[in-house]
Amino acid sequence: MTDSRSETVSVVERTYAVAAAGAVIATHFLGHTAVFVLGEETMVFAEPKGEPRRVAVHDGAILATAADEKRVVSGGDDGKLAATNAKGEIRTLATDEKHRWIDHVALGRGSAVAWSAGKTAFVQGKEQRELEVLSTVGGLAFLPKGFRLAVAHYNGATLWFPNATGAAAEKLEWKGSHLGATVSPDGRFLVTSMQEPMLHGWRLADGKHMRMSGYATRVTSLAWTADGDWLATSGATQLILWPFQGKDGPMGKEPRLLAPSDHRVTTVAAHPGQGIVATGFDHGMILLIRVADGAEILARKPAAAPVTALGWSPDGQSLAFGTEDGDAGIIDLS
Amino acid sequence: MSELSSAGKIPVTVLTGYLGAGKTTLLNRILSEPHGKRYAVIVNEFGEIGIDNDLVVGADEEVFEMNNGCICCTVRGDLVRILDGLMRRKGKFDAIIVETTGLADPAPVAQTFFIDENVGRRTKLDAVVTVADAKWLKDRLKDAPEAKNQIAFADVILINKTDLVSAEELSDVEARIRSINPYAKLHKTERAKIALDQVLDRKAFDLDRILDIEPDFLAGDGHDHDHDHHHEHGHEHHHGHGGLKHYHDEDMKSVSLKSEKPLDPDKFFPWVQNLVQIEGPNILRCKGILSFKNDDERFVFQGVHMILDGDHQQPWRKDEQRLSRAVFIGRNLPEETIRRGFESCIA
Repeated sequence: MTDSRSETVSVVERTYAVAAAGAVIATHFLGHTAVFVLGEETMVFAEPKGEPRRVAVHDGAILATAADEKRVVSGGDDGKLAATNAKGEIRTLATDEKHRWIDHVALGRGSAVAWSAGKTAFVQGKEQRELEVLSTVGGLAFLPKGFRLAVAHYNGATLWFPNATGAAAEKLEWKGSHLGATVSPDGRFLVTSMQEPMLHGWRLADGKHMRMSGYATRVTSLAWTADGDWLATSGATQLILWPFQGKDGPMGKEPRLLAPSDHRVTTVAAHPGQGIVATGFDHGMILLIRVADGAEILARKPAAAPVTALGWSPDGQSLAFGTEDGDAGIIDLS
Repeated sequence: MSELSSAGKIPVTVLTGYLGAGKTTLLNRILSEPHGKRYAVIVNEFGEIGIDNDLVVGADEEVFEMNNGCICCTVRGDLVRILDGLMRRKGKFDAIIVETTGLADPAPVAQTFFIDENVGRRTKLDAVVTVADAKWLKDRLKDAPEAKNQIAFADVILINKTDLVSAEELSDVEARIRSINPYAKLHKTERAKIALDQVLDRKAFDLDRILDIEPDFLAGDGHDHDHDHHHEHGHEHHHGHGGLKHYHDEDMKSVSLKSEKPLDPDKFFPWVQNLVQIEGPNILRCKGILSFKNDDERFVFQGVHMILDGDHQQPWRKDEQRLSRAVFIGRNLPEETIRRGFESCIA
């Protein structure tokens, strides 16, 4: 075991470098175009051949993004919610009237968009609705079925049917500050990342609790494998995968621990088709890790800064990455 | 114990003070003086700042308990979020100032820097600066526990509005502050007029700077110690501090410990960790410089409630007395128990 993985099979030479010139906070693909979201103002659009294009989307920091096949939706400290397509055309979806930071964004089926500013969660489907929770929103996630949104906050999460006017939102309680939310692809589990270095989960059918702990630091990156069987997570010096195959999810089960390192995992992204997780470390290394047997392929050698963004193309043939010091690239795996 | 090395981190100054003491006046002064520095400012009450600055962020103070069974282990959720957002624009400012509400407890603010790795990795707490009203502090210390916390927690205290009180009243309020916190740097100001290097870039939480934890008023002639700065303002301390009345605050006090004999680290660490486990909710702050047996380097530590941070530091000088010193500031501290415990750590 070494941290440079110098003996590991490598695809490093298949990298097309992109000059991001700024810390990258997220990467998405719109078709074959990779979008590198910078921490401030700009998104960089790049294809493996041709000049990258820079598009100024926000007047200030970009705080959160989510993407579907047609657009990247972003929230900024300018109080703007924007949708940007592959051509770099920007549409303003909402402007916060109090100019508050929009720091969480989620996309649902049928072009539904959710975002939050302070204690208020908003949803735009056919109409715009809003829900005020007791503390600042920590995370948003749509449930895969029905028009329903999970809102994480202090001391738990709220499940909200935006269209069911008059119906009380369902409260899921667990002490502590919940800072991120994700729903399993089958819609059975809600998992939040907490201020403490742990995850919390609820089985939605009966509200049963799951505690997933043992991390070195706060978990900031979560990804479900394509089959929905595993939840890949950052926050430890190895890739941690929690099993969600059975009806009880990870309750009473041990996580799978892959790719042990001296360095901490900062970012994970699951391949859209196969059981592979792209895993970025705090020294800049990226490994492609097969969930079934832990086999590793080196995708980026260790460098200096932490990997802060990883995203797969929809066909799973390309992986885009970005780092805190502005290195970025597209790795061609076809 | 967490590591708080400070290279490349953005310093964060916390401004506290009870309602009406003059926090906003000080903040406006910081933002408007021609110092060439750029500040991002996190404020609780928007609109009070008269300065046009696009890096002013409004915050709702959200104190979050950690889900670890420890009630004093709290963070400011709003800061976790806002500092993360601000650091996306880190090229745009040199330092961050957090202005708290008059009722705020400084401890969760400070603890955020120790507990949240994401915050601690990119920013560092510089100092807690408390603005006190020369006329009204005495009353607030009686009826507002928040005001007392802010004094006890401070690294720098401005006794402001000195023009509104007599010399006797001023001396009285100084004595009351000293009975709670003898270690903070104390300045007397009118309209919060002070040289900014006395409130900014103090490095009060840098382990490397925990060199001197003598009570401020015993040091030298009572003037400020940074003699290489030119001060345009009038904050001269009283000469002859022996003239200060001696107050005992009912519940808040500092316990100061000293040993000329070296300590045994195998005794000290279990003792101090146990102490902060038991007394953590009552201990606001602690710090110390220690001489361990068979160890030529000084060991420094600091803490906020139950959180301790410590490291080896520069070697003792050859001509220097290896004196171990520690101070605990807190509420209802069992002084005798702490003293005996500390003495039992002597090697």
